[in-house]
Amino acid sequence: MTALLTFQDVAKSFTLHLRDGVVLPVVGGVSLSVAPGECVVLGGPSGAGKSSLLKMAYGNYRCDGGAILVRDGDTIVDVVCADPRVVLALRARVIAYVSQFLRVIPRVSTLDVVVAAGREGGLSEETARARAKDLLARLNLPERLWGLPPATFSGGEQQRVNIARGLIADRPLLLLDEPTASLDAQNRAVVAELVREKLAAGAGVLGIFHDSEMRDAVATRIVDVTRFAPQARAA
Amino acid sequence: MSEPLLQVRGLTKRYGARLACADVSFDLVPGEVLAIVGESGSGKSTLLSLIATELAPDSGTVSYRMRDGALRDLAGLSEAGRRALMRTDWGFVRQDATKGLRMAVSAGGNVGERLMGLGERHYGRIRAQALDWLGRVEIDAGRIDDPPSQFSGGMRQRLQIARNLVTAPRLVLMDEPTSGLDVSVQARLLDLIRRLSAELGLAVIIVTHDLAVARLLSHRIAVMRAGRVIETGLTDRVLDDPEHAYTQLLVSSVLAA
Repeated sequence: MTALLTFQDVAKSFTLHLRDGVVLPVVGGVSLSVAPGECVVLGGPSGAGKSSLLKMAYGNYRCDGGAILVRDGDTIVDVVCADPRVVLALRARVIAYVSQFLRVIPRVSTLDVVVAAGREGGLSEETARARAKDLLARLNLPERLWGLPPATFSGGEQQRVNIARGLIADRPLLLLDEPTASLDAQNRAVVAELVREKLAAGAGVLGIFHDSEMRDAVATRIVDVTRFAPQARAA
Repeated sequence: MSEPLLQVRGLTKRYGARLACADVSFDLVPGEVLAIVGESGSGKSTLLSLIATELAPDSGTVSYRMRDGALRDLAGLSEAGRRALMRTDWGFVRQDATKGLRMAVSAGGNVGERLMGLGERHYGRIRAQALDWLGRVEIDAGRIDDPPSQFSGGMRQRLQIARNLVTAPRLVLMDEPTSGLDVSVQARLLDLIRRLSAELGLAVIIVTHDLAVARLLSHRIAVMRAGRVIETGLTDRVLDDPEHAYTQLLVSSVLAA
């Protein structure tokens, strides 16, 4: 098997115990895969379960059934049933996840936030620091902000810090959930270039991009998730 | 995967008819941070006391991998052996600093005491290490001779951390270390705990009712209710996609800041 990521007949629903146990089906019968060098973009209206698929691949959401296989070197891990410690190891070595939102760590400077993400991804302190500076500069984040914690930054600035965090290490599988939602055209172009560099280096991407320009710039394939709509919607 | 540092099996404790801790089992590996969350009375502090052998369980065992590599049932150690372990290889940061510190002894003395427990007698070395640790927990060197009774709540907690970490423990228990502190003081303390535990590769069991603290610090989480662990797993998965009705209630009851 050469795919970096494979969904096999994955199903997901939410059971809301505080709402009399109502079951909200999200997706069913999801089968798709991402090969090295491929950027698979999830399409479909909001609410179709695109973000949920990324969160399941990251181990952040549980699945009702099926398997989500992630390649870690010579071994294959099923994220659906893996031990938490194995999922954490995958996140350190294999899977990068970039959401729209930066979860801020109090008091830590922007540069250190990005360096820490590189260190967690296995880079040396020196390499992480050099790459962090390079990425923040390419993403046009003014150097005067690097020493400040990102808590007070604008949405677009926080998003660029988040992208730098996600892309700094050499993780082979990138899960990108609207990473360019609040960026201007110039910075979107930078992100598209960064993603293409990762693809050229053999990484695989599963992403959500509502912006059609961004999608056209990076997508190698589009998967419409409405085809994974659960058959019978519960009342 | 590394071998467990701590192995808890079937820990059970009753207070009369009430089950304070019911059949709790888990493993903790080196460097792993486990958060135990739940409301007051859920049994999380009882569980911590059982692990620290401050309480005797009605049944169940706590085993620890000693420095020689052998996993030993703590109930089988002598009282002196257990005390020595707690003073050197374990730390315990308590919610109430007056129970974790000697309030009338200087800050430097509080840190140095644990070193003396290890047999260190050289005054200069003890003072140098105390100074080093006060610096690492961001306490001004000029306060080394002041007793913690003159410190603020946040400083007392940081001093507790220095006192516990000076002996290079491998396992640290924390009972609500940040509750009762101002939010800004909490953030500073959390950042310090997060940084030191990662730098030193500490295994940590942290009891907290604050889910944000659990999310920031822990790898894994165990949700307790009425003495039982009702849900356990990867911290972000349990908090973002809780399975159990009670966990859903806990998570949905938090005000988003």
